[in-house]
Amino acid sequence: MDRNEIFKHVNEVFIDVLDDGNIVLSEETTANDVDDWDSLNHIQLVVAIEKLFKIRFSSKEIQSWKNVGEMISCIQGKAA
Amino acid sequence: MKEFIVLKRNLKNDFSNLKKIRIALLGDTATQLLTQALRATGFDAGYDLIIWEADFNQIQRQVFDPGAELYTFNPEIVLLFQSTHKLLQKYNKLPPEQYSSLATKEIALIENIHATLVSRLQAKVIYYNYPEINDAVFGNYANKMASSFLFQLRKLNYELMEFASQQSDFYLCEVSSLQNELGKSNLFHTSVYINTEMVLSINALPKVAANTIDLINALQGKFKKCVILDLDNTTWGGIIGDDGMENIQIGSLGIGKAFSEFQYWIRKLKNRGIIVAVCSKNTESIAKEPFEKHPDMVLRLDDIAVFVANWENKADNIRQIKDILNIGYDAMVFLDDSAFERNIVRENIPEITVPELPEDPADYLEYLYGLNLFETASHSKEDEERTKLYQIAAQRTQMQQKFTNEDEFLQGLDMVSMIEPFNKFNTPRVAQLSQRSNQFNLRTVRYTEEEIRKIASSEDYFTFSFTLADKFGDHGMICAIILKKEEDGVFIDTWFMSCRVLKRGMERFVLNAIADEMKAQGFHYLKGQYIPTPKNELVKDHYLHLGFKEKNNHWTLDLNNYQTEKTFISANK
Repeated sequence: MDRNEIFKHVNEVFIDVLDDGNIVLSEETTANDVDDWDSLNHIQLVVAIEKLFKIRFSSKEIQSWKNVGEMISCIQGKAA
Repeated sequence: MKEFIVLKRNLKNDFSNLKKIRIALLGDTATQLLTQALRATGFDAGYDLIIWEADFNQIQRQVFDPGAELYTFNPEIVLLFQSTHKLLQKYNKLPPEQYSSLATKEIALIENIHATLVSRLQAKVIYYNYPEINDAVFGNYANKMASSFLFQLRKLNYELMEFASQQSDFYLCEVSSLQNELGKSNLFHTSVYINTEMVLSINALPKVAANTIDLINALQGKFKKCVILDLDNTTWGGIIGDDGMENIQIGSLGIGKAFSEFQYWIRKLKNRGIIVAVCSKNTESIAKEPFEKHPDMVLRLDDIAVFVANWENKADNIRQIKDILNIGYDAMVFLDDSAFERNIVRENIPEITVPELPEDPADYLEYLYGLNLFETASHSKEDEERTKLYQIAAQRTQMQQKFTNEDEFLQGLDMVSMIEPFNKFNTPRVAQLSQRSNQFNLRTVRYTEEEIRKIASSEDYFTFSFTLADKFGDHGMICAIILKKEEDGVFIDTWFMSCRVLKRGMERFVLNAIADEMKAQGFHYLKGQYIPTPKNELVKDHYLHLGFKEKNNHWTLDLNNYQTEKTFISANK
């Protein structure tokens, strides 16, 4: 799956989990840029992404991403 | 079942018209998402759950400090969620010589927590039991070692059941069974736990919440009382009218086993007090034949309270069953293998529960287990006799059709009622009726056994319980009255009656009994009140019919001018 496609799916997951149709992610987006992206919602985003791509993040990875771009790279490394 | 993401959208809905219930949630791990799941699931069940969540890991401080926020909040229900992970951490820190006493110590602490809660609150306590963790320190040998964690964990779950069976206000909610059903890897998500201190996976939250709401429903008096069975390909395999009795599938061979096991399950429900009715498109005599003659049938005619087999529409037949049983549609479950029949019934009677039975009869039981349809918050000896009572009711309905004169019919029933104050023998039944009586209930105030005991021993109240027997059989205790003293009169705090005995003049008999007694005690009036609920319209004009006069939303009966009402029931004091 190419990066753009993953990006598109991840954006949809954010819209779905945070129930906010206006979310537009970029590579540089961080938790500070998105309303409601707190630690409680972060874990729900992680679980929804795991489910969608049928992957599993390690506990360390979940806490390591500085922005959406790093998250996408991590998914890209796992999703075949 | 809705996924958590979908479920939590409920939180944005308007809760304002829903029944409010105040709930405290105390957990030893992160419970924010469980709170969301509970409130959202509550919405679908018609509740506005006002949930106060204790700070993380504050159970003991909140419970044992009389000035804690918990007591200011004053919940009706307290949910206690202690996790197996925290239990394991406790175990890990013990000196090895104390491993074997973990369960004993924990149950003592839980008993103490419960005792403190109920001494300070009028609340029911729901405790989540422990899903298993096998730490594999002893392997299978753990079963032989009292000091192993697995041994202590199972002992604690067992001790909790023992404790719950002794306490009327302490209920267990099954997380352990849920883990068996979902699998540990689905109930528990390692990285979520490490990152958030949440021990329930996001996928499991709706299930745990649903299980909790099932219990809350039962505590609120909402539960199933009756299961209605289709016969062909539901109760047995094959079509009796076409295949003949000798060819239906039932017994220990092949697919017959699925139907036999299903029948055993239905019979256990019946023995527990669920009314079993049959609604089948068949010729009645042919449909009854296996119940009478087939050697492998588990269910017999004795087990069936109402048997309807004809070629009419099933929705109409279910209406007829409802009229005989006199219970709400929302207390009924209809099981039928045919999607067509299920849809007809659903469309015509939306309140009834119609499970989407799987195609393969081999899946029936596992599917039905998972729905947890028959939650209850109480159980009494009378429950086990219920089928007999309803069979008698059906006979009585037939007799009634023979009499054109109502008085003559009532006279012919030879009714006798025993009147007693609440005592230790009838208290469980009074409390149970208080929980489950919806239709003939003037104020629908629910009392627990503990509360009934307090009222019975209080100087401020008079209590009356009434039984009714007639020539067909004994109904047992069917009505309870709680009167609260006022200056010159008494207020009818509670008047509820079982709908089994409607149209017998029982209410007039009850009024005579309490009016005579209160007059003899020197009181001048009886004051009653009707508080409407979605279920009790039946008694809207109850006090009007009994000659009470309305004033300011209350009904008053002047005892000095009271004329005894005509009844056909004799008292057996």
